[in-house]
Amino acid sequence: MENAIVVKNLSAWFGDNQVLKDITMEIRRNSVTSVMGPSGCGKSTFIRCLNRMHDLTPGFRMTGEVIFDGRDVHSEKVDPVLLRRKVGMVFQQPNPFPRMSVYENVAVGLRFNGKKSRAEIAEVVEKSLRMAALWDELKDHLDRAGSSLSGGQQQRLCIARALAVEPEVLLMDEPCSALDPVSTAKIEELIEDLSDRYTIVVVTHNMQQAARISDSVAFFLLGALIEMDKSAKIFTNPSDKRTEEYITGRFG
Amino acid sequence: MTSIAYRRKATDRVMKALFFLSALLVILPLFLIFFDLLWKGGKELRWSLITDLPRPVGEPGGGIANGIVGTLTVAGLAMAGGIPLAVLSGIYLAEYGRGIFASVVRFAVDLLAGVPSIILGIFGYVLWVLPMKRFSAWAGASALAMIFIPIVVRTTEEMLKTVPVSVREAALALGIERWKTTLFITVRTASAGIITGILLAMARIVGETAPLLFTALGNQFWQTGLDQPIAAVPLQVFTYAISPYDDWHNKAWAGAVVLILMVLVLSIGARLLVRTRR
Repeated sequence: MENAIVVKNLSAWFGDNQVLKDITMEIRRNSVTSVMGPSGCGKSTFIRCLNRMHDLTPGFRMTGEVIFDGRDVHSEKVDPVLLRRKVGMVFQQPNPFPRMSVYENVAVGLRFNGKKSRAEIAEVVEKSLRMAALWDELKDHLDRAGSSLSGGQQQRLCIARALAVEPEVLLMDEPCSALDPVSTAKIEELIEDLSDRYTIVVVTHNMQQAARISDSVAFFLLGALIEMDKSAKIFTNPSDKRTEEYITGRFG
Repeated sequence: MTSIAYRRKATDRVMKALFFLSALLVILPLFLIFFDLLWKGGKELRWSLITDLPRPVGEPGGGIANGIVGTLTVAGLAMAGGIPLAVLSGIYLAEYGRGIFASVVRFAVDLLAGVPSIILGIFGYVLWVLPMKRFSAWAGASALAMIFIPIVVRTTEEMLKTVPVSVREAALALGIERWKTTLFITVRTASAGIITGILLAMARIVGETAPLLFTALGNQFWQTGLDQPIAAVPLQVFTYAISPYDDWHNKAWAGAVVLILMVLVLSIGARLLVRTRR
């Protein structure tokens, strides 16, 4: 069970436009996998296939398999709602729920999903905020509006919110691209801490970031997976010429 | 250089003044109406106006208490039925409404919103009054609901559409079911706008006269049941205003003041209620 997710021959289309081309990859359990590539190469589309966020997108179509927990997540038998509780997601723009407090933002997933008592929820909220390194900053301000926090805090709040439902996998779609360097450093540190207990997939177009945080890196170009390997290997001795061109800054 | 800068500043000032004057001009009629009403209705504005029943011509005193209760009853009934129906329809249009059926609904709702209110009154007459063989609060409420519902449907839809997709995605990504996401996250995010829409629609129906003429009819006494004719402030104002008697004319002015104050109090009250509940 060292792979958390196995992707087999995944292709995807928006209408007639093919955005993912025959992608096959393995995502290791409790590690950080970066999906790196220039804008428009299909990275976001790819990770959104892992928790079926495309279900409601009109015109979206895909073939291939995404195996998680021994089943193809796109099969009829898998309930996307239950899948998403195990495969959480953090988005590019911090998106705390606007009319909810910090506390409610973290508690909301539990409240709507389960039958936990108030005390249990309070416990999980604290634990999640601690894991997201927000507890010390916000423990006295839990009733503040989530949207009143700084951008970096909002993003960590979104991470806490995702952790509160106790997922196994955390998908992060360019989680730092809207943040300043200090907040970015905090999130990266967080990713490192969390990787002991969670399988993390991070989309980034920033190769320094990919180098800093990941165990493995997948390089995407024009909807295709060009190369995937250990982070050290990709950045020092890539097998494919296009990967080399990208990391040496010749394009992208 | 400096002359250009000067001209730019001057233009900026002129435009700002223009915007300000326009805004002033827009609120001016409201104040004029209000002060005119106070001026003319002031004589009849006393406590008994809102505590007493109407009295026949010539008898001093008397009030429109039954009208106030009647207006609250009819508008309350219209809203009790209208709010769930309209908000749920608005949710349908905003969240699920693709395809022909949604377009038809949208078009029909816009059409309904544009129907003159007197026609809705006649419709209520045909629908309720003729078969029941009497005017009633129910008939009045259903005529008002037909005015109330389209406004709320469309504002609900518009307000929900202003909620960013990212909010819905955040909820779905937490494994929250779609209907819960819609009802408890998206609607909550847009609630301030939806409530404003409801309040505007409420203000509109509280003041409607024409649809009630054919449905609620009016009543000089306390109503005894919802299947009986019922009084309403706008109806009383109408009756008093078209009468040939001077003291009734004064009462019409005073009634109009009461009507405006009712809308004001209801709007402010609802807003406060919503704010403290948040």
